[in-house]
Amino acid sequence: MTALGLYRPGTSPLHRAPGGLKLAVLLLAGVGAVLLHRPWQVLVALAAVVLGYAVAGLSPRVALGQLRPLAWLGAVTAVFQLVVSGWERAVVVVGVLAALVLLAALVTLTTRTTELVDAVVACCRPLRRLGVDAERVGLVLALGVRCVPVVVTLAGEVRDAQRARGLAASPRAFAVPLIVRSLRHADALGDALAARGVDD
Amino acid sequence: MPVIEAHGVGHRYVDRVVLAGVDVRLEERRVGIVGANGSGKSTFARMLNGLVLPTEGRVSVDGLDTRREGRAVRRRVGFCFTDPDAQIVMPTVAEDLAFGLRRRGLSRAEVRERVHRALAAHDLAGHADHPAHLLSGGQKQLLALASVLVTEPDVLVMDEPTTLLDLRHARRVSRVVEGLPQQVVLVTHHLDLLDGFDRVLVFDEGRIVLDDVPAVAVPYYRKLMA
Repeated sequence: MTALGLYRPGTSPLHRAPGGLKLAVLLLAGVGAVLLHRPWQVLVALAAVVLGYAVAGLSPRVALGQLRPLAWLGAVTAVFQLVVSGWERAVVVVGVLAALVLLAALVTLTTRTTELVDAVVACCRPLRRLGVDAERVGLVLALGVRCVPVVVTLAGEVRDAQRARGLAASPRAFAVPLIVRSLRHADALGDALAARGVDD
Repeated sequence: MPVIEAHGVGHRYVDRVVLAGVDVRLEERRVGIVGANGSGKSTFARMLNGLVLPTEGRVSVDGLDTRREGRAVRRRVGFCFTDPDAQIVMPTVAEDLAFGLRRRGLSRAEVRERVHRALAAHDLAGHADHPAHLLSGGQKQLLALASVLVTEPDVLVMDEPTTLLDLRHARRVSRVVEGLPQQVVLVTHHLDLLDGFDRVLVFDEGRIVLDDVPAVAVPYYRKLMA
């Protein structure tokens, strides 16, 4: 599950940095990325992010693992940009995408979900006047992180069940039970949250 | 021990009657509930902390009505489900233990202290920062149980907590339950878990058909299921 950017315990300066600060840097990097127009600028940005992995004591394998889910999207985007705008643009677009994904993963790899949730809740508090429930926003974020491995596991079980019954790869035969089981899980999770007093 | 009371309790899902005419007062330390699938036992268990509200009658815990004082009831009554995956709500072990405590407004230091104690008490000390989904099924159920117990409820309701576990982990959960000072209401199909219980309710078709000590209730239930 490394590819999903789940927290890796550590004592590096990045691990010790406040979650809110790391989220702010990520936000600034996302906004600032629009200013990158040349391949050398993107390479510098990528180098800075890779340096962050080294500082956090995370191996190159962990860093590459974060990019794996992006491989197809990156390849398609690269080919498209290469054909339409040339190699420089392809390097810039794919490089920025990779740098931002790596940076976002670096934040989640070095920050406990609770810290991220606290930072998001603190950011949302001023929005209370507009009716935004900051605690609920934080809870949704935490549940989102928690549910990714659950859905991955459910998908694996559905695929195994298909194989065990000798069914050919059929999107419908895969999607329907996965959706049904995901909804059932969501229902049970709702009960568990209610039992733990979330709605009180 | 807390006193759980059900007065004329019934429940129906649309047209289907799931529970009818349940009148019972539970004040023993260990209460078991058995019954076939669909007999209404899980619905009854869920009523004990207000997860399900009766469509007829009332349920109370120490005089607190589950309908009107649900929040207070849930603070007293912890609930452990069958599937640990569905009750672990945070990504890592320590964060899940802290979840219920943080929502109760405890200080960070107190949360840390209680989490530390719970990790040690349930042999999870080496797993504090581990992703919860990478634990074994048995460890997940222990975590789910620990996450409920860390909030120190007066009553623990467990709905088939060992159904998905292997024998070793089922025994482990059973040992944890044995040592609890709290009142425990255990719904189970594993009848050996009821050894040493004070009282067992046998449910059938939405009613309590026998309410007695395990030595009488378990053989009766076996016969009923034969």
